[in-house]
Amino acid sequence: MNRRNFCQLGLLGAGVPLIGNLNGVSWAAAPIAVTNPVTAYRNLLILVELKGANDGLNTVIPYADPLYAQLRPKLAIARDQVLTLSEREGLHPSLQPLMPLWQNKELAVIQGIGYPNPNLSHFRSIEIWDTASKSDEYLGAGWLARVFAEAPAPSQFAADGVVVGSSDMGPLSGAQVRTIALADTRQFLQQARLAKPDGDQRNAALKHILGVESEIVHAAAKLNTNYLFKTEFPKTAFGNQIRTASQLVASKAGMATIRLTLGGFDTHAGQLGTQAALLKQLAEGLAALKESLTELNRWDSTTIMTYAEFGRRPKENQSGGTDHGTANAHFVMGGKVKGGLYGQAPQLDRLDGNGNLSFAVDFRSLYASVIEQWWGGDSGKILGGKFATLDLLKA
Amino acid sequence: MKKAFPFVWRYLAVVVISCLLTFVISQSKAGAVEAANANVALPAAIGVDGARHLLNRTGFSATPEEINAFAALSRADAADRLLKAATITAITAPPGWVNEPPPSPAAVQAKSPEERRALQRLYGEQALELREWWFREMMTTPSPLTEKMTLFWHNHFATSQQKVKFTPLLYQQNVLLRRNALGNFGTLLREIAHDPAMLIYLDGANSRKEQPNENFAREVMELFTLGEGHYSEKDIKEAARAFTGWSVDRESGKFMFRRGIHDYGVKTVFNKTGNFEGNEIIDLLLAKPETAEFITRKLSTEFVSPNPDETEVKRVAAIFKDSGYNIAKLMRTLLTSDAFYAPANRAALIKSPVEFVVGTLKTFEIQTPNLNLRTFVIASALLGQNVFTPPNVKGWPGGEVWINSATLLGRKQLLDRLFSNEDRMEVVMRNIDEMAMRNGEPPPVGREARMQRQLQRQMGTLNWNLDKWATQYQQAHGANTREDLTRVVLAIAPQSAITVSENPADWVRQLVADPAYQLK
Repeated sequence: MNRRNFCQLGLLGAGVPLIGNLNGVSWAAAPIAVTNPVTAYRNLLILVELKGANDGLNTVIPYADPLYAQLRPKLAIARDQVLTLSEREGLHPSLQPLMPLWQNKELAVIQGIGYPNPNLSHFRSIEIWDTASKSDEYLGAGWLARVFAEAPAPSQFAADGVVVGSSDMGPLSGAQVRTIALADTRQFLQQARLAKPDGDQRNAALKHILGVESEIVHAAAKLNTNYLFKTEFPKTAFGNQIRTASQLVASKAGMATIRLTLGGFDTHAGQLGTQAALLKQLAEGLAALKESLTELNRWDSTTIMTYAEFGRRPKENQSGGTDHGTANAHFVMGGKVKGGLYGQAPQLDRLDGNGNLSFAVDFRSLYASVIEQWWGGDSGKILGGKFATLDLLKA
Repeated sequence: MKKAFPFVWRYLAVVVISCLLTFVISQSKAGAVEAANANVALPAAIGVDGARHLLNRTGFSATPEEINAFAALSRADAADRLLKAATITAITAPPGWVNEPPPSPAAVQAKSPEERRALQRLYGEQALELREWWFREMMTTPSPLTEKMTLFWHNHFATSQQKVKFTPLLYQQNVLLRRNALGNFGTLLREIAHDPAMLIYLDGANSRKEQPNENFAREVMELFTLGEGHYSEKDIKEAARAFTGWSVDRESGKFMFRRGIHDYGVKTVFNKTGNFEGNEIIDLLLAKPETAEFITRKLSTEFVSPNPDETEVKRVAAIFKDSGYNIAKLMRTLLTSDAFYAPANRAALIKSPVEFVVGTLKTFEIQTPNLNLRTFVIASALLGQNVFTPPNVKGWPGGEVWINSATLLGRKQLLDRLFSNEDRMEVVMRNIDEMAMRNGEPPPVGREARMQRQLQRQMGTLNWNLDKWATQYQQAHGANTREDLTRVVLAIAPQSAITVSENPADWVRQLVADPAYQLK
């Protein structure tokens, strides 16, 4: 019922600011929706999970802090290699492809993101991030799944969210969300003819399977992937995901979110080469994504955000790697993003008992910013409390 | 002598009397048992449906002959028969390289970047051969339960070739898991903690007293024994110190204790203090009640129900703990339980990709000696389960996570390819490549696309035909073909209406296309 109501509202509401109250959640118009009269979900969110926990300290480097080099005799990036952002911090040299975005003021770099009582287990901590829970709270559905359960994307959309190149649904995991997972759009369309959505639902497993079948049939009817890009996509696994994501955005049907994943960041040993290669893939991929979205005239209606379960420990270990840490740095980029530095530089002189960083920005503040500023929703209900938003997006 | 006789006589008399007494007592006991049995009758036979359920949960599929052989047994007899057949070694001969020592660090050092890449490729190829070997074992073993348990432990003690790289170590770990699959959990845990592949995978091999690596210490608590929430960060740090020095000899590739980097100091773990070394930490873990419950809950989720009842978990865990962690005893308890046979738990689990792929091959007897299993190893990987390469140390999450739009379509596509008469897939792939070229794009690159191509090539060589199989099946089963087929292929009645057809092959195509085919 909820879903239907919202869809109708979405259709009827075209052309007027969307202000409604659905089951206690008020959905004010997104800033964009006022000037560009489409539904709030015309504003696309692309999440990029850096699986395994990227080392934030060697991504956004506090090169001016002498403690940085002291804690990392083997792993510190030499000062003359760092891509300068300010007199205190700079980016890993592999991130060169992102520098034009920085110069354009379309890249926000947020330092010190974390949460109270951090959990250092990959699985538990990513679950906390995916479900936007407290450290000691266990929630079933992902935070985006909760957003779409409250306010689904209009039915003419192919899906609420699409997960590319990964079989776990992360923040889109939940029963009341239309999610499609695919590796490649063309392949998806070829295969979709085999889906059989009818039948009754005798147990939970069967119900799940039938639900997936009907999502497939719905999405296949909507996705059109014939767009010819001028953009050259990197020939890497992540580059393929970027190309698939671009094809999805090019389809007329649309979706409110896309989640991509780049894995391999759990660098307990031999970090230097591994992280350099991964960050290069990431930056080249994101630069191509900016180009393809610009080509589609969607750069101004897309926000891209990186995330991971936690950061890594400031002090390097004996294996040329880093162990599980806490606070981390992440990127938010897009045509409407207010570029610059946010949050708090790492306080290397004030590590906790485990030798880890304290956090300054709760990760749920990022989610609250997206829900409120990007989609015009009420973040309090979704996130189970109010989190200060960051002033990340241009009105 | 005279005096001796009465003594002997007396002795004999005592013996005879006590024997008689024992006899009388046991007679009366037997009488009481019989009296009790008279009221509840003999233990009921599990029947055809029960046998199908048991054999599919504990194996990869079952033929009608196997089902019939189990149908007349009681729950206890059926479980005992499975457990008695359990083996501790594989019957399939492994690839020739499995016991090769690793190349010396000096030799690797001397290699050019190109030669090192070639070495990585060799290990990758060996990993494929190893997966084929294991699939063949799953298909041909006299004890499918042994392989199911080995797969369960591989998922529990997840270790990936992508990090370990030197593939023979993965084989050796697999041998270890099979040897202990239905043995003693304490022994299994101890052996896995000393296993070279595990020591490399969770960074124990390089963990030194100056800076202990916490990876193994954390996962042994979180994932292997206690579960989250039953230990502190301090416990992990201290336990990590105790495991320092457990390493791998670079020359032989075997376990090696390196005294020089072991922390001999005092540690405090779970509020107990001592000069602990690794084995004593394992003892502490085995002493905690959470361990038996954690393992029982996980095995119940795998074999009984997606949401095991907590009271039942506690009951079975107590039996497991009291048995000194006898895994066979735990399995016997699970497989004879009311919960296992409860109607609500039938067809309540989703087949894993390995179960789906190997089960399909077994059900339809697609198993010629020359069958190239690489095709199916790759299919399983594309569906989300690449054995010897779990996604992370937590293993495959399983359950409903197996099925999303990408993997469900992948499963259907594989069936479509196997059961259609013409090779439709080839046409699909050609279309994709042509479309790519028209769009001025390169054909899909990357691992996934390479695997798809390989799969496509190999599928063409498959010498198997559904129509032939179905005709033979019909000849063997006569009038009951349709009912028998449904029962063999599906764990519950089909979801969609099946169009009646004279051709049994059409029937099979509809059955495998039904959503119920994904369930076990």
